[in-house]
Amino acid sequence: MDIIKVKSLSFKYSYTEETVLKNISLSIKEGEIVLLAGASGCGKTTLARAIVGLIPQFYEGEYKGEVNVLGMNAAKIPISKISSQVGYLFQNPENQIFMTTVERDTAFGLEFRGFSRDEMKERVIWALEKIGIEKLANKRIEELSGGEKQKVALAGILALRPRVIILDEPTAYLSPLSSRKLMNTIKSLNTEDRITVILIDHRLDLAVEVADRILVMKEGELHLDMPIREAFKHNLSKEYGVNVPTLIKIYDELRKKGIDIGEPPLSIDELLQVIKEG
Amino acid sequence: MIAVDDLWFKYPSRDEYVLRDINLEIREGELVSIMGDNGAGKTTLVKHFNGLLKATKGNVYVDDKNTREVPVSELAKKVALVFQYPEKMFFSENIQDEVAFSLKNFGYEEGKINRQVEKILKIFWLWNYRNKSPFMLSGGEQRRLAIASVLVWNPKYVIMDEPTAGQDAIQREIILNLINIMLRDKKTVVLVTHDVEFVAEINPRIILMNKGEIIFDGESQKIFRDKEILEAAGLTQPSLYKLEKRLREENILKKRFEGLGDATEKIISILKGGSSK
Repeated sequence: MDIIKVKSLSFKYSYTEETVLKNISLSIKEGEIVLLAGASGCGKTTLARAIVGLIPQFYEGEYKGEVNVLGMNAAKIPISKISSQVGYLFQNPENQIFMTTVERDTAFGLEFRGFSRDEMKERVIWALEKIGIEKLANKRIEELSGGEKQKVALAGILALRPRVIILDEPTAYLSPLSSRKLMNTIKSLNTEDRITVILIDHRLDLAVEVADRILVMKEGELHLDMPIREAFKHNLSKEYGVNVPTLIKIYDELRKKGIDIGEPPLSIDELLQVIKEG
Repeated sequence: MIAVDDLWFKYPSRDEYVLRDINLEIREGELVSIMGDNGAGKTTLVKHFNGLLKATKGNVYVDDKNTREVPVSELAKKVALVFQYPEKMFFSENIQDEVAFSLKNFGYEEGKINRQVEKILKIFWLWNYRNKSPFMLSGGEQRRLAIASVLVWNPKYVIMDEPTAGQDAIQREIILNLINIMLRDKKTVVLVTHDVEFVAEINPRIILMNKGEIIFDGESQKIFRDKEILEAAGLTQPSLYKLEKRLREENILKKRFEGLGDATEKIISILKGGSSK
């Protein structure tokens, strides 16, 4: 079942000249993990805002086409209603944290929606444990590092038990080990909790391990929509500004020198196998 | 030189020290990368370099002057800090004014300000956007603007907190270039980062932090081959080093990889049954 359907969507912010989304059509099925990639400024964040209804409801401009999320028209249904089911982690967690302590911030969305104390408590504990930050519960926000704040913002979203989460560069400020843990969390939210995930990133080294499909945007248009391995046959780095994994850089270098090693390797084991077989 | 002498730091409201027993010297013209897990104390440490934070115990010196005795405004001319979240720094109506702000503040004459602003905006590919509001730029472009508005006053020490976070391939390339330009101009560049893949490309001196302490200070080539200590500090081995390790374990490779180009060459000769063993 399609959980998100975007039909011929175009958008121009009221304060800029250029159209930032150009005739975008795509669909996302329930249970998928989809990676949305492309150079800085290509329209990824704008598309995410349109999916959660922030565009056109909060950011005004010229809007054409239709976005349907879980049967709701994203341009018309109140954002508070959409956001209970579609969680959106902003690029900068600072914009998403309001309260004084980790626990209170995680409970904020629930409090706002009038949940009972017991239910709030249960959901907050679940969310903090899911992200692995239960030890930070009583910490004050200003004592947290950038990466920790990002985790708190994500816990606040999960506490609402959404059916879809959109993560806008969630690993940008996380250490490699924390990033890896976050990817495992995303995988488990997807398989255990049946949450559909849209991951916005231009670093693919970790994302390749969890995502099923990649959407690549360029200058407001959707250029590629295909399995990730297939996408690596395109020049993602030069053409689309996507940071490809080091293994793909090697694959590209080899191809440039006329050496064909078959399918792009997604893991060290795969590349090792090719090298061994000569 | 930035010299840190027995630095201990805790926030006034807390008992626990977040920096413990830090000793280090950063020499002029050096490229240093401070690495470690989220919350290891990296940003807290560099905030001592321009006097934003003052040591609870111990001292920090910039060019032999104790940062306790020099006003932050004066230190900032020498030691520039580019923050993790660039949009927190912006307050001007357009990009040109944003970059010119500090120069006006330092009392430069207008002609010089204009020349300097134009030069830096062109280097950073922001000249075409000069009349736009900083808040209309994408995340990556904002990061570039933040670095530009600091470099414009020509500081001696440039500290960048997570410069590659959230950057696409093109911007990373630009940042890589900038680092090379700054080093050529004899600036001292300190990167606070956990982007191991990026650091593996530039081979700086690495200061590795864990829970408020320095646990390694030395060459990147050495630390990137030490999986255990890296993981203790929340980092992973760069892919190239992982691949090298696997090839050596399998006895396919005898030598070490020296960068991506070299690795590709060696893999080609292995594939051709050549002599890289």
